[in-house]
Amino acid sequence: MTISRQDVAKVGLLARLALSEAELDTMTTELSNIVGFVSLLAELDTSHVEPLAHPLDTHNVFRDDIPLPSLTTAEALQSAPRHDGECFLVPAVLNESGAA
Amino acid sequence: MNASPTAPFTTIIGLEVHVQLQTRTKLFCGCSTQFGAPPNTQVCPTCLGLPGSLPVMNRQAFALALRAALALNCTIAPTTKWDRKNYFYPDLPKGYQISQFDLPFSSAGHLEVVDPKGAFAPRDVGIIRVHLEEDAGKSMHDEAAGTGDTRIDLNRAGTPLCEIVTQPDLRSPQEARAWLNELKLLLVYLGVSDCNMQEGSLRVDANINLHIPQPDGRIAKTPIVEIKNMNSFRSVERALVYETARQYQEWQETKAEMGSKPKQTRGWDEPAGITRGQRAKEESSDYRYFPEPDLVLVTVDAAQLAAVQSGMTEPPTELRKALESRWKISAYDSDVLVNQGRELVGYFEELAGAIGEGKVASNWMQQDVLRTLNERGGTIDAFPVTPAGLADLIRRVTAGDFDTSRAREIFAEMVTSGRSAADVVATLGISAVDDDELLTLCHELLAANPKIVADVRGGKEQAAAGLIGQAKKKNANVNPGKVREKCLELIRAMG
Ligand SMILES: [Zn+2]
Repeated sequence: MTISRQDVAKVGLLARLALSEAELDTMTTELSNIVGFVSLLAELDTSHVEPLAHPLDTHNVFRDDIPLPSLTTAEALQSAPRHDGECFLVPAVLNESGAA
Repeated sequence: MNASPTAPFTTIIGLEVHVQLQTRTKLFCGCSTQFGAPPNTQVCPTCLGLPGSLPVMNRQAFALALRAALALNCTIAPTTKWDRKNYFYPDLPKGYQISQFDLPFSSAGHLEVVDPKGAFAPRDVGIIRVHLEEDAGKSMHDEAAGTGDTRIDLNRAGTPLCEIVTQPDLRSPQEARAWLNELKLLLVYLGVSDCNMQEGSLRVDANINLHIPQPDGRIAKTPIVEIKNMNSFRSVERALVYETARQYQEWQETKAEMGSKPKQTRGWDEPAGITRGQRAKEESSDYRYFPEPDLVLVTVDAAQLAAVQSGMTEPPTELRKALESRWKISAYDSDVLVNQGRELVGYFEELAGAIGEGKVASNWMQQDVLRTLNERGGTIDAFPVTPAGLADLIRRVTAGDFDTSRAREIFAEMVTSGRSAADVVATLGISAVDDDELLTLCHELLAANPKIVADVRGGKEQAAAGLIGQAKKKNANVNPGKVREKCLELIRAMG
């Protein structure tokens, strides 16, 4: 599988990365190398191997539905670039939320 | 228009419903899910997406989700995992939502909706999947203030949500609304969610398009539109009615078919009563789903499933049938009672048990108890008249102590004063009229009304009604039915 310059541009856009023309070239080469390296795995015969959904063998790790103390609002907001003491402030968002 | 059998198309509707689960804490952290708290007071490093924090699954959230899926007749996956759905939005602090992609915990269910009045044929709606995911926070933009800032409250971020996706099996806006009512009733009965749309604990998106038969026998399908921003089931119905007409008109103008353009999202504008186009939806691959490495798999075995199933209360569909067979009431009556919620059904069953009669109990519930509840507000648990107290009153009516209209007065007094039927009867001076009193009264009535007597003897039995009013004036406690019966008996005895 090869990675095209277009693929990189699209992934860059989705990740909100402003890539310059030169960076696009570098990324295309480097990403292709990485994917090429990983694709070595495709040479293995995995037809008799159970699909693996998670590398850890443990499962069913739960906690009880018991409330724990939250942060104070001041603590929650302290690292925000901008806030009004109650809410985080961000540049105007006028359209609807992207997903539910 | 599509409800008409002559509509030149079939309306195809599928729904996507999100319900907040009734847990005390969030899906992956111990923050409270209580609605209405001041902004950013129910947040911690995990739900704020701060570096180094890790999610741990809420046991109760998974249990409630399982309950919902089982009640929707879904198949439960023996193993399930969670995935990251990546997108950027200010109310999504981690930059991804923990959701389920290719291994949802349940799939392939169904839920039937039946209209007892027969407005549409029973419709069994397929459920594609039910999965468990986290909610996002809330963005607030005060356009009027024009400050240009959007304020973000993350109290809701991380609240457990069940996403329920149906097959496109609904065929009219009316069906869609009725089905949503049935779904809500089911989830409330099971204690899965309070389904309060005002507080956002139930949200609906609808997918709709039209299948239009062509002269050559081919079926033309209009592009699928997803409608958002509907704040009540009534809005869902209105938006779908509007969209049906809009799509048919667009079809007539453009002949555009499904696949000719990407799936469109339109927002419902309630005051204007129209849908408006929104930005194009990102392709699902653009969310770049990948397995959530911070959560391990969850497995469910048969024993766990059996335990959840045995702990579940009767769902509404089964409860309706049970009431019909247990108490010999109609499908319409059982529907009215069950739709009022589990507590009211409990009251009804206690009442019916106490008087040993379902139909009479059901009538009292619908005509008197429900009407009083509607007028006074409040819930059945706080109703001032207990089932035993009401049963006592009904028994007195059955015994002929007084008639139904007198009983209603007594009932009203029991509601306002909280006193027993016997108490009210004593204070209002209501006492049973014995047979001797009744006989004397009827003799007096007949003697005073020769014209009525003559009319009745001439075959006009309905003329006896004229005697009832007079009887009530002489003695407010008399039972009109008994007066009528006795007078007719005496007149017949005259030969
Ligand atoms: Zn938290």
